[in-house]
Amino acid sequence: MKEMIETKKKFPWGTLILSALAFLCAGVLVQRYVYGLGAMTNMSDGRGWGLWISFDLYCGVALAAGGFTLAAIVHVFNMEKYHSVVRPAILTAFLGYLLVVLALLVDLGQPWYIWRMIFNPNIHSPLYEVGWCVMLYTAVLALEMSPALFERLKWRIPLRIIGFIQIPLIIAGIVISTGHQNSLGSMLLIMTHSLDPLWYTPIIPALFFVSAVAVGPAMVIFEGTLSGGVFGHKISREVFTGLGRIVSGILVVYLIMRVVDVAVAGELDRLFNSYPQNVYWWIEIVGGVVLPIILFNIPKVQQSGKGMFIAALLYIVLGLSLNRFIVSSIWLVIRPGYTYFPSWQEFAVSIGLVAWALMMFQIAVRLLPITKQHTEEEAKSEHGAPEATPAS
Amino acid sequence: MAYGVLFDGTRCIGCRACSVACKSWNENPAVIEKTPSVEGGIQGKAVVSDKTFTFMRYKEIGEGDDFKWAFAKIQCMHCLKPGCETACIVGALHRSSKTGAVTYDQSKCIGCRYCMVACPFGIPTYQWEERMPWIRKCTFCSNRWNEEELDHVPACVTACPTRALQFGERDGLIAEAHRRIDESKAADPAGVGKYVDHVYGEKEVGGTAWMYISSVDMTELDMPKLSEEPVTKNARTAMGTLPYYATGMLILMASIYFVTKRKQKIAAGKHEEKKG
Repeated sequence: MKEMIETKKKFPWGTLILSALAFLCAGVLVQRYVYGLGAMTNMSDGRGWGLWISFDLYCGVALAAGGFTLAAIVHVFNMEKYHSVVRPAILTAFLGYLLVVLALLVDLGQPWYIWRMIFNPNIHSPLYEVGWCVMLYTAVLALEMSPALFERLKWRIPLRIIGFIQIPLIIAGIVISTGHQNSLGSMLLIMTHSLDPLWYTPIIPALFFVSAVAVGPAMVIFEGTLSGGVFGHKISREVFTGLGRIVSGILVVYLIMRVVDVAVAGELDRLFNSYPQNVYWWIEIVGGVVLPIILFNIPKVQQSGKGMFIAALLYIVLGLSLNRFIVSSIWLVIRPGYTYFPSWQEFAVSIGLVAWALMMFQIAVRLLPITKQHTEEEAKSEHGAPEATPAS
Repeated sequence: MAYGVLFDGTRCIGCRACSVACKSWNENPAVIEKTPSVEGGIQGKAVVSDKTFTFMRYKEIGEGDDFKWAFAKIQCMHCLKPGCETACIVGALHRSSKTGAVTYDQSKCIGCRYCMVACPFGIPTYQWEERMPWIRKCTFCSNRWNEEELDHVPACVTACPTRALQFGERDGLIAEAHRRIDESKAADPAGVGKYVDHVYGEKEVGGTAWMYISSVDMTELDMPKLSEEPVTKNARTAMGTLPYYATGMLILMASIYFVTKRKQKIAAGKHEEKKG
């Protein structure tokens, strides 16, 4: 990423690398559909869910939480201060969900039969809820994104219609997407004996919900810092500090839930003697939750863009992503006699899909009024004459 | 009413006729190990797979005079509260309350493999080598027997030469299992008997159609140690709260919106007043 920032003006290395990764991914996908899953993944009967479920589904959905958190902060809680970051957050969430959908179409053994879930519902299956949430929330996000497109095309009537239903739409989006975060946790409730007791708890859906709410603003800090470098879209320090406070506030709640949950289950001793599981727990909680809480509240860190970036990154990587990997793969017991490490093709698909999403983000930011300041510049340089500023 | 099978480890001689019968009835090909191994003793590295619905697990237990071979027939346990059934997004896995068989319907399946992850016994397997793969597992030979013709018992049971496998109504089998354990205890002057006093599968994860009694604890044969609570319980509870969650969240968000909007308007009004 840093490389991308520095070389942007000289030669588009970033775009080149992203394109290469995206095309590699496309090639691997041909292999997947021609020869089948077994030919190119290391998944087995012992480990039926691999990298794609852990990374693309579990992390992908959580990291797209910025869409609903920011929409809630701005449009429901009416905190106008954060208005400038809503659209990038919703765009990220939308692309994130598209990525999830694509990954699922790769991971499913029979993706061409996905419509069967509509006609053969099993309302007791948490995955059934997950499936519907993915479909509905992707549609909601598309609608939430649509004003940017309509503004660009200057379509006034659709814009007015969307404006009219905006609040119900956003609230529906919040209900669906938080339900989605919960249900990803509910899916693990069946793994009563295979998920390590340090992580298995009946309240895992609630833990998923709270940690996802916290990661939304953290992702905005993370992306805002990066896109500030790439697109010159600067977000005010005040917004960053405020978002940091929101993250740390929610993380305190999350931390209390995690510790009290282990205590109530009477498993505090596991934190000290269930090596090596406990090491993962400590890394996750201390490095990914406690440390960000401290960092976000140090005035010196709040003043430094780098400091905020690192604090957000710590939570995103160690607090959230590591947690999702642990519960969906690392400490979920594998059948005896099997081992699993993703094949290069599995990595290529996961990384390639992210590359596609990043390029789509780049294109969307260039073409659509996502960040206000940027479109003004763009309009001037592209058309030579200033265009009417879109009212976002 | 549901049926089950009782496996008696003290009667089993490890002949693997059950495995052969299973392969034969389900027309599953033999799986030849590319690199023969002695891992796991005489059985090699046997696992259930899309071509092997059942196999005999061998364990060498104890040393010297205590040494014994122990066997366990591994296949789908046909749980009374199957994790796979609750997990399946499309209801392709279904337990028949009449027969007790948990069967799979590929005309519903989408290939998500949640059942494989959800199964506490690690039973459902996948056709990894196929371009269009389906789930495969023991069917309890439900395509073979029905309630009217109970003589057509599962293929593995018919093949057993020592009656280590006994097919019948589940309740009857539980009684029979306890009878055997108690009789053996009574016959033993020390009062111990040849069995471990536990019917594996009677209560595990809410009960299973396949049950085991043996001279060793079944966990020594790598059967998972499970509690009596069905694996489906927490997930079903969570799914049951869904309508309340959605309604609550909807009301909460709507009220927050109206409250904050109203505050904003009042603040704006005050601002106007000052200006005026």
